[in-house]
Amino acid sequence: MAGTALRGRLTWQLAELVKAVAETPRVKTIVFDVPGWPGHRAGQHVDVRLTAEDGYQAERSYSIASARAGTRVSLTVQRLEDGEVSPYLTDELRPGDKIELRGPIGGYFVWEPSEGGPLMLVAGGSGIVPLMAMIRTRAAAGDDTETRLLYSSRSQDDIIYRDELERLSGNGLTIVHALTDSQPPGWTSYARRVDAEMLAEVSPSPAERPRFYACGPTPFVEAVAESLVRLGHDTRAIKTERFGPTGR
Amino acid sequence: MDELMLDGNAIAGLLQEVFAVEMTTAIGTCGGCGAAGPVGAAHVYRGAGIVLRCPHCNNVLAKIVKNDSQVWIDFQGIRTLELAV
Repeated sequence: MAGTALRGRLTWQLAELVKAVAETPRVKTIVFDVPGWPGHRAGQHVDVRLTAEDGYQAERSYSIASARAGTRVSLTVQRLEDGEVSPYLTDELRPGDKIELRGPIGGYFVWEPSEGGPLMLVAGGSGIVPLMAMIRTRAAAGDDTETRLLYSSRSQDDIIYRDELERLSGNGLTIVHALTDSQPPGWTSYARRVDAEMLAEVSPSPAERPRFYACGPTPFVEAVAESLVRLGHDTRAIKTERFGPTGR
Repeated sequence: MDELMLDGNAIAGLLQEVFAVEMTTAIGTCGGCGAAGPVGAAHVYRGAGIVLRCPHCNNVLAKIVKNDSQVWIDFQGIRTLELAV
């Protein structure tokens, strides 16, 4: 077996931080160079492993935010106050530092331009990350698949990728924001949590057979999936990724 | 609804580590209700170990416990598992 790579076998490898970019007060994008990175599909994630001096290891999964681009891999990480891993990634890690990761991982919550649409993306908070990889992949490929993003954030300042989303909209991409907790003066879009009525207004109709990708905290994803089924959408066309109670 | 519930995506790395192939697109058939669906859509609960439940009938599909040197898997609730080769 020596020298033989087992098909699909995951191995931990070292990734070097190239740069970190603040997205919101609690969220950072960290860009890694991963030598030998085989490329990835939009929606896939990596597992990150940190090892303390005493040997204690902590492992977490993070969605890949970037479209496939050589050996560069961007993760967008929300800092959890009581987190074991995220505060290190967002606050301690400096360019040139190395961490262990493995990937790309996953094949279910994945979209490629060849799969077509119409595409309906529903994001709650940091659930935008894998959906952003889809939006970036679509843009990088010059793909014009009809795509709608319904993106729920607490406030305008909590909108991750706000400027880039604005730049990318058009060309078949429609972006609708919902701000649940506070809205800036003159806000004309939704000012409540995502509900069935909102999904009916923003989504393509069941007759158009949209493909849904919903990602966010578990209660958010549950509410979205239940609403979509109630609106008559095909359950097989609804793909979900749940982050748990807090969002990671 | 349990806020701690995750889905099959969350254990994709662990499953690939064990089976050496991407497993979230594998189609599992529930031994309880007979519904078939991708492993990525299964409901996942993490505690001392990992429990996979059928999203349709809540039947326990599988239990996985891992330590530093071994993985223990109970597949009692899965009737069939179908994957691309």
